[in-house]
Amino acid sequence: MKRNFAYSPPGGGRHAPRGPREKITMKSVKTLGRVLGMLFKEYWFLLLIVGITTVLSSLANTRGSMFLQELVDDYIVPMIGKPNAEGYSQLLKAIFYMGLIYLVGVGSTFLHNWLMISVGQGMLRKVRARVFNKLQSLPVKYFDQHGYGNIMSLFTNDVSTLRQLISQSIPQLVTSIVTIVIVFVNMLRLSGWLTVVVLCFIALMFIFTALLGGKSGKYYIKQQASLGELNGYIEETINGQRVVKVFCHEDKAKADFDVKNEELRRNATRANSFANVVMPLMNNLGNIQYVVLAVVGGALAVSGVGGMTIGTIIAFLQLSRNFSMPVSQVSEQVNHIVLAMAGADRLFQVIDEVPEDDEGTIDLVNIKKDLDEIVEVEEHTGAWAWKIPAENGGFTYKRLCGDVILTDVDFSYVEGKQVLYDISIDAERGEKVAFVGATGAGKTTITNLLNRFYDIQDGTITYDGIDIKDIKKSALRRSLGIVLQDVNLFTGTVRDNIRYGRLDATDEEIVAAAKLANAHGFIEMLPDGYDTVLEGDGSGLSQGQRQLIAIARAAVADPPVMILDEATSSIDTRTETIVQRGMDQLMHGRTVFVIAHRLSTVMNSDLIMVLEHGHIVERGNHDQLIEQQGIYYRLYTGAFQLD
Amino acid sequence: MKPRNQGPKLAILFACLVVAAAAVLCLIKFAYEPIAKKAFSSIAAGAQLGNIIFVVCIALAVIIPLIIAVKLCRLYNNKTDSESIIGSTMIGRLASSFREYKKYVYLTPLCVILESIMDTFIPLLTGILIDQGVKQTNMPFIIRIGLVLLGCAVVSLGLGMLTGLFSARCSAGYAANLRHDLFYKAQTYSFANIDKFSTGSIVTRLTTDVGNVQMAFMAAIRVAVRCPVMLILALMMSFSINSELSLVFLGAIPILGVGLFIIMKYSRPVFKKVFKMFDRLNTDVQENVRGVRVVKSFVREEHEKEKFGKDVDDIFFGFRKAERILAFNRPLMQFCMYGSKLLVCWLGARLIIESGETAMTTGQLSALLTYTLQILMSLMMLSQIFVMLTMSRASMDRVDEMLLETPTITDPEDPVTEVKDGSVTFKDVVFSYGKHGDKPVLDHVDLSIKSGETIGIIGGTGSSKSSFVSLIPRLYDVIGGSVEVGGVDVRDYDIEALRASVAMVLQKNEVFSGTIRENLLWGNPNATDEEIRHCCHIADADGFIMERPDGYDTFIEQSGTNVSGGQKQRLCIARALLKKPKILILDDSTSAVDTETDAKIRAGLKNYMPETTKFIIAQRISSVQDSDRIIVMDEGRVTAFGTHDELMKTSDIYREVYWSQQKGGERLEA
Repeated sequence: MKRNFAYSPPGGGRHAPRGPREKITMKSVKTLGRVLGMLFKEYWFLLLIVGITTVLSSLANTRGSMFLQELVDDYIVPMIGKPNAEGYSQLLKAIFYMGLIYLVGVGSTFLHNWLMISVGQGMLRKVRARVFNKLQSLPVKYFDQHGYGNIMSLFTNDVSTLRQLISQSIPQLVTSIVTIVIVFVNMLRLSGWLTVVVLCFIALMFIFTALLGGKSGKYYIKQQASLGELNGYIEETINGQRVVKVFCHEDKAKADFDVKNEELRRNATRANSFANVVMPLMNNLGNIQYVVLAVVGGALAVSGVGGMTIGTIIAFLQLSRNFSMPVSQVSEQVNHIVLAMAGADRLFQVIDEVPEDDEGTIDLVNIKKDLDEIVEVEEHTGAWAWKIPAENGGFTYKRLCGDVILTDVDFSYVEGKQVLYDISIDAERGEKVAFVGATGAGKTTITNLLNRFYDIQDGTITYDGIDIKDIKKSALRRSLGIVLQDVNLFTGTVRDNIRYGRLDATDEEIVAAAKLANAHGFIEMLPDGYDTVLEGDGSGLSQGQRQLIAIARAAVADPPVMILDEATSSIDTRTETIVQRGMDQLMHGRTVFVIAHRLSTVMNSDLIMVLEHGHIVERGNHDQLIEQQGIYYRLYTGAFQLD
Repeated sequence: MKPRNQGPKLAILFACLVVAAAAVLCLIKFAYEPIAKKAFSSIAAGAQLGNIIFVVCIALAVIIPLIIAVKLCRLYNNKTDSESIIGSTMIGRLASSFREYKKYVYLTPLCVILESIMDTFIPLLTGILIDQGVKQTNMPFIIRIGLVLLGCAVVSLGLGMLTGLFSARCSAGYAANLRHDLFYKAQTYSFANIDKFSTGSIVTRLTTDVGNVQMAFMAAIRVAVRCPVMLILALMMSFSINSELSLVFLGAIPILGVGLFIIMKYSRPVFKKVFKMFDRLNTDVQENVRGVRVVKSFVREEHEKEKFGKDVDDIFFGFRKAERILAFNRPLMQFCMYGSKLLVCWLGARLIIESGETAMTTGQLSALLTYTLQILMSLMMLSQIFVMLTMSRASMDRVDEMLLETPTITDPEDPVTEVKDGSVTFKDVVFSYGKHGDKPVLDHVDLSIKSGETIGIIGGTGSSKSSFVSLIPRLYDVIGGSVEVGGVDVRDYDIEALRASVAMVLQKNEVFSGTIRENLLWGNPNATDEEIRHCCHIADADGFIMERPDGYDTFIEQSGTNVSGGQKQRLCIARALLKKPKILILDDSTSAVDTETDAKIRAGLKNYMPETTKFIIAQRISSVQDSDRIIVMDEGRVTAFGTHDELMKTSDIYREVYWSQQKGGERLEA
């Protein structure tokens, strides 16, 4: 979660090298190559124009400095004291000519900026969509392994570093390099001796930026670490603020906070101090260089070495001003690019992930109800059939019954740590099968296998006699309605949230589903009824109300088989009885899997499985299990606890 | 925090500083004039006009920053509706967090101004160097001026570094103070205040928003000061060189200024809109990732892609529009700069030629060209800073909102500091979370409970059970009637004293990262190991704690991910017991433990804490049926109050709940 805070530290504007000077590794070079490759593949034409405009605008700018030399040497000096009309008209022509060059420069700059917007933003749009779409195709396993905070930070932090990279760092780096080359060539043309002086200063500038950047980077890492710690502390304390209040723990919380806050302040001060010093240092090295150039240039002019003229000195001085800026920018941008590569790398990792494989071919279709022969229809009817592709290219149909059979299923999330052993279950159409067991016994895991969030290692699961591996995942999941203990709602109206179960459900069907789940009553009481907008995962509702909406959502989907994973744990028993009645009605003739802590919820099941450490240790209906006087019996009488 | 009117004060200070800078410059000009007169053989031609313009410049130097300051103040000083804080402004409240870093708030701009003065001197001196040294091939003069220049650069470097150090210290310190103030403020919030903001929003304000304010502040204190000062100094310098030529700038500045203003004006609302779109994108990703199991089990991947695709497109078009407006920025700047340069070149060259290098020299021309860059660059940076400051406005507002919030529950004057016993009386209590007009959550509740009684509370989802008990430790204040503990109105107690005597285990249990022992010590920091184990024993937590290899030193991860729900509940009960409370409230605190443990805990409470009044909210009848009396709640009213046996006879709701849980489960009775 800590990486979730989109926070860029104050670092003294564009000139501060913010990041640690990471080593330029083969990997980051490769990643950069890939970013550039993507850019060029999509936008080669625009980038070509951008390249041309970059050169043009640099040339115009440099030409301007060179023009000073001509102005002084060719016009002013010869004409001093003897002004003449012809000279003036030539000067005017030169200035007019220069003006045209400048206009081209201005136009190029504009075109460059304008086009880079399309390139940069267009690329980001593609990357965002690609990463998100890829995420949708990834198995649940990926989400379990990577954690919510890390995935969020792809979209907050990593995409924004990429944005920085594409729309700032790379263009600036290119512009700087082009400028350096052009200016350097012109400097050489003006004076070799003075160029040597400039080279010395460039070396100095690089050394200083490297030194300061390194120092600043070291403290920057520390600053990020203490910022993460402080933010973590704030998050935990404020989220538990109610407990803090109840225990009058405010003073202790303040004291702990102050320690962490002070730590961050110290590191932030250090990190920023080094970063802030870079800009004045660069500026004034530029000034000193200016002085040295003037002195050396003057000395050269005095001694007459290298044909030094006033115009040359003035022009060179102007050029040197154009030079120090791009030099400090190159070192800064290289730093940024190396940093951005880490983010780009994470994005590519997602793009490169292997999507959930789906070798299934059998689809799920709606069929006409109450008809002996199977007729496929588009709309929702509540009756279903499997559509099995035949070898001749046609299809055969098989009516969906809801027989789910697990045979000797073994499973482990991580190799070597088996979670389920030899699970065999025979759930026939219309049966209610319950799982009971302690946390970690493997109850939820079994449901994860049914809808193929995870794939089994050994054994088989069949659905109406078909191996579930042969069924398209989307079809399999549409046939299974799931209500989970942790309810997730989406920003939108209550109606939209229920409709999430079946997008083409009519308003009447939504109300009917809500009534079935006993949610209609409280929804009507909300300020805007079904049109009340839920935000922040339905934070305005109680846990019980959120569960009722989730049940309504599953009810509107009207699936042939249902999995209820602690679906009613936050609803009081009285309401649960009512909901249960509705659910029983809904589930009439369909297969249901129930996981519940409360035995009252599972008592009326046709089959109860008691799980312990991944094994089914007892099975039977309530009466049979009570008779067995085993674990279930002890649970029921309260002689044994689940946790 | 005393509400003080800091905004205008800051503006005055800002203006004073600029006037001071102007005064310093006047001194420099007059001190420097004799040398200049000698150095430039004839400045007389432009002298008269130059002096007039010099005065105008000084006037501008005062007026322009004033206008900026006033504008900034207006921008940030929207008076809030609340009556009590009229006269205090947002800037003022935010500025009150400077405290020990205040000296840097003054020192940084001072250094910036001095540095700017140095920076504007350098081109002038190089002009002299060219004219007097290089052209006359006067080597000793070159070296002399070169040394002066070197001195200027070194001083400027020193000042620049100081600015960097001061501003780093100042902004990091300020951010720390601001976070401190916000966090301390959050600690004074009542439950109602927390409900109003939501914990998530408080966290964002303390982290992201403070970061944004810090950045804006650092930029403001350096660049926002440097730019206008630079602009004016460079203008004055160029006028002192040649006033006619400098008139070019008076043409260029308005063009650039107006252009930048228009760009800003049009881009700002677009950016604002785009940032809102970003919020939506983040929310959609967040919900998608959190609800990945829902998305996948309903096979809604395509639907989600569509939704996200729309977000992405909106951001793309929004950003493109905003940035396309900004794309005019640089070309406009170049246009003005190149234009001025060419004009200066043309006019300058003519002047030099006509006057035979008397009215104007080549070196001066070179200096003027450098000033062109400085002037127009400052103007552009200034406009960018404005954009940045306006963008941070939203964060400032959010931070300020938290500072402004008054805690709804505070200690009374002359509070009662001792809770006599655990008796609780509700006198015609009316309560609602919202305003007075809302449908009350508790509707005229009248109850009297003796000290040491065990009270069970039963009722459906939304029947206000939790609201009822939260009034006892005064987590919320009643709207009508009163709640008395130990015969005294809870509003007359010192809050800490009241809550020390009333222990409440909340429905939403929280444990904090740290060892189990550290978590338990929240109840009583001075508890001995024996006391801790004793309480854990009552809460039936000792067993599972001792099973862990580290026992009581087992580290609990953030939000307690390495303990199960039932274990967390028992830890929370033990933590509450350590307070040795006079009243203990368990708000559905045993929902995740099995019936037998539940019974064991209740028996322990009965045996070890007989004098403590106990409130037990539960969904299981078995959890409350052996209580002394049971409250049955329905829709905010107490519908029945009595013993199990009485209620079985008189309360329909109670009977219904009872039978719903006993269906086929007669064995539970055994």
